[in-house]
Formats: sequence, structure tokens, C-alpha cells
Amino acid sequence: MPNFIMSYLGSTLTPGQAGNQFWALMYVLIIFAGVSVAVMCMNWIERKALAHFQIRLGPMRVGPHGLLQPFADALKLMLKEDIIPAEADQFVFWVAPLIGLLAAFTVYTVIPFGPSQAVSDMNIGILFMLGVSSLGVLGIVVAGWASNSHYPLIGALRSSAQMVSYEVAMGLAIVSAIMMTSMNASGTGTLSMIEIVRAQQHQGIWFIFKFFPLGFIAFGIFAVAMVAETNRAPFDLAEAESELTAGFHTEYSGLRWSLFMLAEYAAMIAVSSIAVTLWLGGWLRPFPNLLHAPAWDFLFSLFPGLTFLALGAIAVVGTARMPSHSFFKIQRIGLGIFAALLGSIGLLLLLIAVAGNSANLAVAARFSEGITYVYWFMLKVAIFMYLFIWYRATWPRYRFDQLMRVGWKVLLPISLGVLILTAIVGVVVS
Amino acid sequence: MNPALSSGLDSAVNALPVATSFFFYTLSGLAVVGGLLVITRRNAVHSALALIVTLLAVAGLYLMLYAPFVAGVQIIVYAGGIMVLFLFVIMLVNIERSSKERQFNRMWPAGLVAAVLLLALFMGAFGKGRALFVDRRIPLPESSNTQQIAAMLYGDAGRMGQYTFAFEIASLLLLVAILGAVIMTKKKT
Repeated sequence: MPNFIMSYLGSTLTPGQAGNQFWALMYVLIIFAGVSVAVMCMNWIERKALAHFQIRLGPMRVGPHGLLQPFADALKLMLKEDIIPAEADQFVFWVAPLIGLLAAFTVYTVIPFGPSQAVSDMNIGILFMLGVSSLGVLGIVVAGWASNSHYPLIGALRSSAQMVSYEVAMGLAIVSAIMMTSMNASGTGTLSMIEIVRAQQHQGIWFIFKFFPLGFIAFGIFAVAMVAETNRAPFDLAEAESELTAGFHTEYSGLRWSLFMLAEYAAMIAVSSIAVTLWLGGWLRPFPNLLHAPAWDFLFSLFPGLTFLALGAIAVVGTARMPSHSFFKIQRIGLGIFAALLGSIGLLLLLIAVAGNSANLAVAARFSEGITYVYWFMLKVAIFMYLFIWYRATWPRYRFDQLMRVGWKVLLPISLGVLILTAIVGVVVS
Repeated sequence: MNPALSSGLDSAVNALPVATSFFFYTLSGLAVVGGLLVITRRNAVHSALALIVTLLAVAGLYLMLYAPFVAGVQIIVYAGGIMVLFLFVIMLVNIERSSKERQFNRMWPAGLVAAVLLLALFMGAFGKGRALFVDRRIPLPESSNTQQIAAMLYGDAGRMGQYTFAFEIASLLLLVAILGAVIMTKKKT
């Protein structure tokens, strides 16, 4: 095995910091594949959950419980004719979805899935994330303009006004969380994503609970602003289907449309990761300081395996409850295979956790540690992703003037107040 | 890589520097091409997109100079904020009419004079660069760039920062500009 592959394995730095290009590239590929798979899962879960919220079944035909629906959708979108309207600005129309996609995926370079499970750690981590994710709006604006059609243009105008307005409140909420990182002996804060999580570990508290109502309010503001920032219901005015057909992507079809969807969901995961990193302790498991005995470590490292086993058990129940008619034979076999797959992944993860705990296998221990970090991070992000669906099912869409009022007259003053109070409390405490 | 560039870098920079002449020429080439497109495109949206490319290339140059904070602010303020507002305004203009119209104000002699003067300034700065600026740049380790900037602007350990006054004056100026904009847009009732 060449040296540049092996030399990184014992490192506690991210590949970007260690200067290892091979592993940085591997991480980029893993994250790209992982996010794409996550978007597919999200697509299925969103359709099923929304359906169940509305007392429907949702996709049931393509695969057992519609499990293969995302694949069918992807295939359909790829085969569909890709129309560019004759009056559209050809080049800009072509480049717009790519801008959105690039912006959505570039931010993943600094998302810390674990202390060393990130592509790189930048000194300006959170600033980089904010800056690059704000470029995503360019894709939407330019797409709406290039379509040379009324509804997309209105959608694009709405979306740019909305994103610029909510970015202000979002930024101020983030600043108040960053201020909390400086509550240490040397008094220097940090913008680096990994150091922000480490600061929460050292201070022994997630920033959502710090200075009690203050951290919580800042988190609340961010949680509202991030929904507006990703153009999701109830702030999805840019694509309000009852008013603007489909908003900025009305004229898009086929693969190009699916790139917009991919960018939207990738951006949702990215902003959820910011919220998790800043306020919910990132990769930290619950009570890392209070329950820090090796036995607790071992117990918490069993969670990933147990989660997959539980999912497998749900699939087994689904298999057993499948109607016994011969029409359902293939679906039944398919779901059984899926259950076996989930179960074996769970068993493998359990095996790694046990091996990492008992034997003197440094590799297994490191592997199990990494899996635990990534698991807790992704669990927290997954909760946010479910919330996105829940919001969409629960709340009606805001009117545009209401949206602007909430952004400028409610969120902005509160976030300024929280920022000032955080500074005062911080100075008084330290 | 270029030894002249690497000589000023501090030892904290690891074995794989990004300040290579390859990155410099790529990024500056992008910036120059983008800048040329901004002034030659008739369609204002295309100009705006080219300007975004230029701004991002300049952000890359800052990153190459181990000034990540400035690069981040460049992206967030210019590429992400100001350009979105630019596009917002441009989209409301009737592009088809304005692209067919001829520019009637012949400003190019003035523009030429300004360009020549700017070129002369650059040449002068390039020729006298060693005398005007410190030969080697002050090494700011990349890993604490933001913290160093903060110490310069706000001071640390009870000491006022080097640029606190200038910084506060600049922010006051911006505040006045914002208030002016708000008052100008307010309807007289």
C-alpha cells in the first residue's frame, strides 16, 4: 500500500489539514455519494410521511411500500425530454442549475461529521458555509430570469428578496453562537466548525442550553431562517404552486429539474448541519462529559448497530403484515431481502463496536469511534430533516408581506437583542 | 513552485502550499477574462454573471495569499449579497430594449484617460514596490487568521487595537449611509 494512503490512517486531523489529497478526495466522493443517497431516502420519506399526515398511503406500487419509487423517479427524470424554451437565454438557462448544485455541495467540505471526519477544517469554516450557501440563491434568481417567462421571474424575485432578508437574522443568530465559543480561559473564539463543537465539549454544554433562554432563542431564529433560506414550506413563496405554477423552475424539465431538487435537498441537509454544529453539539453523543466512563462509551457505540437492527425489525414486521395473496409474493420477497440487508448492516456495526471495545484492534477501535461520531451527527440532522417535512404538512404558506414582516420586524430585532444580551452576559460571567 | 513566493511564508504552512504560480495565473486569468466580459457583454445579466466570476477569482487570490477571512468576506458580501441585489435590479430592466439601444453618452475619452492614469499608477507601484511596501509580507499564520484580524481591529488583553478608531469610523459612515437610504425611500406623508 503506498505511503500516502497509509500515512493518514493514524492521524487525528482532517485530510485537508493533514495535506493528504488522496483521502481528501475519498472523503469528497463518500460525502457526495452519501448526500445523493440521503436525498433519495429523503424523497421517499417525504412522500410517505406527507401522505400519512394526510391519511393517504403514498407510493405503494413501485417496490414494497414504494421503496423503489425514488429509483423509478430518477430513471423517469433522466429519460424525460430536456426542454429549453426557444425564447430562453440558452447559456444562462443551462448554467443556472449547476450554480445551485455547486453551491449546495461545496459547503460539505467543511461540515464536521466528526473531529477528523470532514474533508477539511478551515479557520473561517462557518463564514465559508454562509458565503457559499448564499451563492445558491444566484442559481435560483438566474434560472427564473433565463426562463424568459412571467411566473419564473416572479418566483426568482421573491426568492432573492426572501433570502437576502432572512440571511441578516440568520447571520446575527450565528454570531451570538460564535460569541459563546469565546467563553474560555484565553477568551478567543473561533469560526472553525470543528473548534465550535470542541468548544461545546470543553464548556460542557450545548450552546442551545447556554445562558438559558438566549442560546435557545438564537437557535429558534436560526431554525426559522433556515427554512426560509432553503425555500421550503411555509416559506416556499418562490415556488408557490397555487400562485406561480412551480415558481422559478416552471420551465425546467427532466434532468435539469432534478438538479434543482438535488440542490434543494442538499442545501437542506447543509443548513441542518450548521444548526447541529452550532447549537446541538455536532458529533457529540449525549452527555459526553458526565457519562465519560469507558463502559458508557461502549454503550453509546452500540447505538448505530441497534438503530439498523430496529429498522430491520420494522421491515420484518412489514413483511409479516404483507397480504398473503400471491400477487404480493415478489414484494414480500423484496421486503424480506431489504430487512435482511438492514439487519446485517446492523450486525456488522455491532460487531465493529464490540471488536473495537474488547480486542486490542486499534483499527477497529478507531473505526467504531468514527462510526459513533458520524451516527450522532446524522441522527441530529435527520431530526431536522423530519421537521422540514412536518412543517410542510402542518403550516399554510405565508403571504409575501407577512414573510417580510416576520423577517425584518420580528426576527431581526430579536436576534439583535439576543446578540447584545449574549455579549453582556458573557462579559459579566467571565 | 515559485521560490520567491514561498520565501515569505512562515513555517506553519505545511508541505503542500497553495501559493503556486499555477493558481496565481489561473485565478488572475479568470479575473481578467471575467472583467473583460463585464464590459463587453451587451446583456446586463451576462455582465453581472461575469462580475461574479471575477469576484470569486479575487476571493481565490485572497485565499492563495493565506488571508481566508478576507476571502470569506469577499464571497459573503460581494458575490452573495451585493451581486444578488444587482441581479434583482437588472432583472426588472427590459433587457431586449436596452441591449438594442446605442449608448448615447460618449464617455470613452474620459474612460481612456482614467484607464491610462490607473495603468500609470500600477506601473509606478510596481516599479517602486520595494520602497513603498515592506519587502516580505507580515506572516499571519492561516490557522489563526481571523483571530489576528480581530486583535488588530478590536485589540486584545485590555489594549486598544491598531485600527479600532478607523474601523469604528468606517462603520459609522456605513450606518449614516443606511439611514440616508431609508430616509430617501420614505414617502412624504
